[in-house]
Amino acid sequence: MSPTLSLTLRIWRQQQPGAPGGFETHRLEQVSADLSLLEALDWLNERLIAAGERPVTFEHDCREGICGSCGFLINGQAHGPQEATSVCQLYLRRFRDGEVLVLEPWRARAFPLLQDLSVDRSALDRVWAAGGYCSVNTGQAPEANTLLVGREQAASAFDTASCIGCGACVASCRNASASLFVAAKLAHLGQLPQGQSERQRRALAMTERMAAEGFGSCSNQLECEAVCPKQISADWISWMNRELRR
Amino acid sequence: MPTGPLAGAWQRCRQDLPLISAAQKRQLRVLVVGSGLAGASAAASLAEQGYKVSLITYHDSPRRAHSVAAQGGINAAKNYANDGDSVSRLFRDTVKGGDFRAREAGCFRLAELSTAIIDQCVAQGVPFAREYGGTLANRSFGGTLVSRTFYARGQTGQQLLYGAVQAMLRQVEAGRIDLLPRRDLVELVLVDGVARGVVCRHLVSGELETYTANAVVLASGGYANVYYLSTNAVKSNVSALWRAYRKGADFANPCFTQIHPTCIPSGDAYQSKLTLMSESLRNDGRVWLPARPGDGREPQAIPEHERDYFLERQYPTYGNMVPRDLASRRSREQCLAGHGVGPRGRSVYLDLSDAIARDGKAAIEARYGNLLEMYERITGQDPLVTPLRIYPAPHYTMGGLWVDYHLMSTVPGLFVLGEANFSEHGANRLGASALMQGLADGYFIAPATITAWLAGQPQPEVGPDHPACRQARAEAGARITALLAPRGGPWPPRPVAGWHRQLGQLMIEACGISRHGPRLEQAIADVEDLRQAFAEEGGVADLGACHESAVAGAGRGINSELEKALRLQDYFGLADLMLRDALARQESCGAHFRQEYQTAAGEAQRDDARFGHIAAWQWRPQGAPQRQVEPLQFNEITASQRDYR
Repeated sequence: MSPTLSLTLRIWRQQQPGAPGGFETHRLEQVSADLSLLEALDWLNERLIAAGERPVTFEHDCREGICGSCGFLINGQAHGPQEATSVCQLYLRRFRDGEVLVLEPWRARAFPLLQDLSVDRSALDRVWAAGGYCSVNTGQAPEANTLLVGREQAASAFDTASCIGCGACVASCRNASASLFVAAKLAHLGQLPQGQSERQRRALAMTERMAAEGFGSCSNQLECEAVCPKQISADWISWMNRELRR
Repeated sequence: MPTGPLAGAWQRCRQDLPLISAAQKRQLRVLVVGSGLAGASAAASLAEQGYKVSLITYHDSPRRAHSVAAQGGINAAKNYANDGDSVSRLFRDTVKGGDFRAREAGCFRLAELSTAIIDQCVAQGVPFAREYGGTLANRSFGGTLVSRTFYARGQTGQQLLYGAVQAMLRQVEAGRIDLLPRRDLVELVLVDGVARGVVCRHLVSGELETYTANAVVLASGGYANVYYLSTNAVKSNVSALWRAYRKGADFANPCFTQIHPTCIPSGDAYQSKLTLMSESLRNDGRVWLPARPGDGREPQAIPEHERDYFLERQYPTYGNMVPRDLASRRSREQCLAGHGVGPRGRSVYLDLSDAIARDGKAAIEARYGNLLEMYERITGQDPLVTPLRIYPAPHYTMGGLWVDYHLMSTVPGLFVLGEANFSEHGANRLGASALMQGLADGYFIAPATITAWLAGQPQPEVGPDHPACRQARAEAGARITALLAPRGGPWPPRPVAGWHRQLGQLMIEACGISRHGPRLEQAIADVEDLRQAFAEEGGVADLGACHESAVAGAGRGINSELEKALRLQDYFGLADLMLRDALARQESCGAHFRQEYQTAAGEAQRDDARFGHIAAWQWRPQGAPQRQVEPLQFNEITASQRDYR
């Protein structure tokens, strides 16, 4: 038998945008420590449903830390206390028996609330669409090995390209800035030869769109880097600022 | 099907396909369901050609489609390693890997297109792994003798998907693609027998919406979640395929499902998924179990002579590196014989200690760092100290909607791409081939064949108020109303997940790694009982009704239980069809293993004379579905029996 523990969850409940919201308290009694926090919410939801109550709405899908769907604040920390971990990969054994966990949705002007722990992050896609690509049509590509990319350079581009678009950086920033998200995409393409011809235009278009979508500016608090499940470095924000002055 | 030699057949076919003027393309709309590799690449390529495109996905962002989770890599016959690879060799590996249950012409085209996919992805800025000289790096992958797999660390699917999504977002920005996220397909719209639109449920407002187009593309992925626990994302579902099947699209080889040997096993009843561990671990890990059944000791306490390295024992030549289906089957047998370890005795050890002793801890950490961290996060155990515990899990579905060489289903105007179709993987998919097929379909094949279809087709005006749309909406609405309790059954209704777990348990036992005639027959009856019980007692609370702010008659808002219930109804139908298909296929081939059909050595016994065909099932409003066959011919390669001993 795996060890069990009991937890108190204080969960933000809100039926819809504009409706009054508040915290609701639920006890998880003697649940397996081998459950993930999202599985514990599944467990809670099955009990709520069986009691004829509305289940807690939260985003999730792949449950292996790569799709970027999940994310909420746990005791004020985006994705909770474990480093380099999205909330679906956070297991209950990480917590102490009897601990109280406060679960809240991402809070940012650009992320309007939908219900409970779920928010609308489509603003990130609109920022991405402003220029986060290489403009090449299908069928136009030259033979792949005509373009040489150094091993370290490719690895560094990969590091920035690994952003999963979860929005934790925005949620943890006091200005609700999407700077780390934008910088990661600019650095992914800006470090590769394929991305050079549109480099300047891309940087301007994405940063302007970021502001237009209601994200704030960076004031170097570095919270974004601390909570990023893919550990993307905030140094790339400085890189982005240099990029804008090129 | 093309005629003449296989080499160049696709090129010859393309040259004769009719074209459409740019001006005319601007008047035509294609609707794509799904934003994974196949859907995103098709949407981008079609929009680049000038079509108007609507893209529907249940995710909040197209970037989240489950292609994102593919770890290993993508195959291409570039022969960069100069190790003798070629289009012809990739073709042969694909046909053999599929145990001779796929079409030669399709596999050859896939191998031919593989190289252009890599070119396209590199041009988009996909950060593939590189050599020091700057050229693309390759590695070898399960069962092949050449090095032809391109990769981006353990996140190849993610990087390829972002490349395709970026190409798509560029067209969104240009106004040529309407992005329609957070929608579930609940019905397909046919006009005069031709696919012309879909009815969706908006997952936030709950409203039913109708979208019409001149052609419909389904790229909605596979159906391994019929087993409840699988490596798929928990919301991956069969509904788009099942709705199309019920409108006349034949379903091919539904019982061909791949069970991946190296997954983190299930423990608690509330576990929501099984996580894949890349099978590359079998390169250095030795699989073993206690020789004595029921041995409850910790693994370190079991001395060497009391361990059974059963894969090495049974397959002296290939050992731990036998193909996926064999590793899965042998592990299951050992567990059933009482040797299994972990909760309910449902896992085997994958032991890295010999490799650590040989190469050192640092080398193993460097090789598998990410994987080992993931394992430790999920299980809380350090695999460098304690052997990993693994067990097979449903992973990929080779079956899917039947398509012709143009990727069109038996419903005219309905195209099916990627894992959603049944095409090139036969009875067993090779590692690193799924990404290749999704992108070949989306970037290159469908954009050409959809144009050809539209060129020859009269296009009567169809809008959301067309009688066919109104009828489809009414049908979908009635289905939802019927699910919304209260009804005759108990109140409050049982959670839908409980029903799904029951169905999954039935399916994994009867139609998983190993299948047996009488068991399959029994399961058909059991699934039917469960389906009926759900029809009588199952239901979902109408969440909008109990809230005064909900507008009367509107969609009644977010209701994740209703999403699950609609999907589960479709899984019931699919489960029945899978069991029938498994029962009818009286042979063992690839991932489909029937206990009655095995060699003296316990290996799969194919029956090419009776079953060298694709089985395509046709839905009937009344009575059992109809099984039809498409014979397979092998002219380039001779069908042979596999041997890994």
